[in-house]
Amino acid sequence: MSTLAANKPAYDGQTLDLTGKSGLRAFKDTLATVLIVLAFVVALIPLLWILWTVVSKGYHLLLSADWWNQSQRGVTVRREGGGAYHAIMGTLIMSLITAVIAVPIAVLGAVYLVEYGKGTKAARVVSFMIDILTGVPSIVAALFIYAVWITMFGFNRVGFAVSLSLVLLMLPVVLRSTEEMLKLVPDELREASYALGVPKWKTILKVVVPTAFGGIITGVMLGLARVMGETAPLLILVGYSKNINLNPFDGFMGALPTMINQDRTELALQPAADRVWAAALTLILLVLSLNLLARLIARFSTIKSK
Amino acid sequence: MSSPDGTAPPDRPAGEENAAEELVVGEPAGPTPHFEGLAEKHAETTAHPAAKETGPKLELGPVGHLGDRLFAGLARGSGGLVVAIVAFVGIFLLALAIPALAKDESSFLFSRIWEPGGDTPRFGIAALFYTTVISSIIAMLIAVPIAVGVALFITYYAPKRLAAPVAHAVDLLAAVPSIIYGLWGILFFAPILRPVIDGIAAALGWIPVFEKPAGADVGVVFTASVVLAIMILPVVTAISREIFQQTPITHREGALALGATRWEMIRMAVLPYGRSGVVSASMLGLGRALGETVAVLIILSVPNGNDPWNPSIFAGGETFASKIANNAAEFDSPEKTGAYIAAGLVLFVVTFLVNSAARIIVARSAPGAKRPRRNRRAGATQTEGASA
Repeated sequence: MSTLAANKPAYDGQTLDLTGKSGLRAFKDTLATVLIVLAFVVALIPLLWILWTVVSKGYHLLLSADWWNQSQRGVTVRREGGGAYHAIMGTLIMSLITAVIAVPIAVLGAVYLVEYGKGTKAARVVSFMIDILTGVPSIVAALFIYAVWITMFGFNRVGFAVSLSLVLLMLPVVLRSTEEMLKLVPDELREASYALGVPKWKTILKVVVPTAFGGIITGVMLGLARVMGETAPLLILVGYSKNINLNPFDGFMGALPTMINQDRTELALQPAADRVWAAALTLILLVLSLNLLARLIARFSTIKSK
Repeated sequence: MSSPDGTAPPDRPAGEENAAEELVVGEPAGPTPHFEGLAEKHAETTAHPAAKETGPKLELGPVGHLGDRLFAGLARGSGGLVVAIVAFVGIFLLALAIPALAKDESSFLFSRIWEPGGDTPRFGIAALFYTTVISSIIAMLIAVPIAVGVALFITYYAPKRLAAPVAHAVDLLAAVPSIIYGLWGILFFAPILRPVIDGIAAALGWIPVFEKPAGADVGVVFTASVVLAIMILPVVTAISREIFQQTPITHREGALALGATRWEMIRMAVLPYGRSGVVSASMLGLGRALGETVAVLIILSVPNGNDPWNPSIFAGGETFASKIANNAAEFDSPEKTGAYIAAGLVLFVVTFLVNSAARIIVARSAPGAKRPRRNRRAGATQTEGASA
């Protein structure tokens, strides 16, 4: 741009000259560019720093097979050894249960918003409540389930209760991304289906939802990634167990975030510190791979609009 | 969408379903029969208010196809469930908080003491509220300018090939679990912040908020705020980015054609267009920061019970969330639990208000939205009755 301005034939005497840059304007422009690029660099530093910290401190434990198929049973903070199998399985089990409960509700809710309730007052109330649910802090979701599951029903602290509270966090993520995708499905597809005499519910199940399927999967993965890293519900709703417990309805359960939390006060001891960072790396790998996978799917399954 | 008033989609299918009904006879009755009663009940309850507003009755009868009725019921039920969940969160927390609040011997809103349990439980949220709000606001003040910068970089500065990876990288920040932010923040980031804290305290220490108390370690409110800022950065960036991208190309090219520099184009076309979006994005970020638990729990050092309360951002403290999470082991008696649930309720109400405000700002200042949309709604509700 500056070369353009320089090449421009001099045009003086008139105030109409808008194309030339006065020194101040050019300076402001450059300053803004510098600040904006700086903001970007500043934003990337923590990401790279965190990733570097976790990878460099945690990778060596991940290389051993023990990490993936042993629990921490009988391993104290001062001793090396053991693995994260109990925590990985706990995290996976709880997240899967969450997904099984949350995804159908979320998809149906999105179908309601896009296909049934569009433009109605009821749909606007629902939409508003989804926004509110998006903002509900995980600790509040956990307290709510605590109030229902433990105080009201008198059940024990178990993995399933964690899943229930995670449903509250996953539901809005999946619902919103499903809604966005359903909105993108061209009306022509629906109309073609109606014209063939297909009832609305079948149109939705066989035409609309399959068209938006990639987007729904993306939403599910992002939702899973969000709930896997949550720690607050685990702290309140289930105790940490060093043993392998695959039953979400009975007893305490290990999970990666609580495994990190367990030893984080003992970081002065090398074996404990190693485990903390290795568990952190495992968790990041899980969450980031879900994220990347979600984005890949999103890229290859975008609905081609008209 | 063919008709500009948006009336088409809800009612068009309704008519055709009736026609279709005869063609497809004996369809299996939709998913999972044991939901049947439930779904129909939901359909009735949720359809009712809309039907009331209909005005002139279009006598189409109920939508004929059983599968349609069930599926519509399930969809409506799920929508209703979302509303019910949010309502239940409030109701349940309130129900459990009230008995504890009734026994509270000190002012719940204005006391800074937290001694639930025992014969004379005394607890108040003033200190928690202060730390929660101040840490989140500082986080927002730090995060928003950077987030706007990053969003502008992605939308208008970065070369095309760089923009998408950069956007993904920032999104990945959001994927890092908060417990890892907490660990990294206290172990690696806090020591770096110490000179910054010393600097600010030296310059502005005469204001109580910036006074550095003796013996304060790294786990102070300010450190938590900066880490929170990093955590909410991706949220604010993502929303701002989307809004900036939507700036009408005519506005942008108009500005450039008038000879504006890139910055002037952004200042005159992009920022005014995106202002409400940025405001709402920052409030959503604020909401996120208010409720963040584990990172704050790890970073903030809990002040000694005997120390006088210190309003400084360079002292330790506790937020609602960190207090609750820190004391999860203490949930043994209903009174004690009730006290923490009351604190959780306040947090829920605060985040509810902040998030609602964000949404309302967007709804009210969305570019050129208000008038036509209202007409559209009126038209849509009328026809909705026909399909319900």
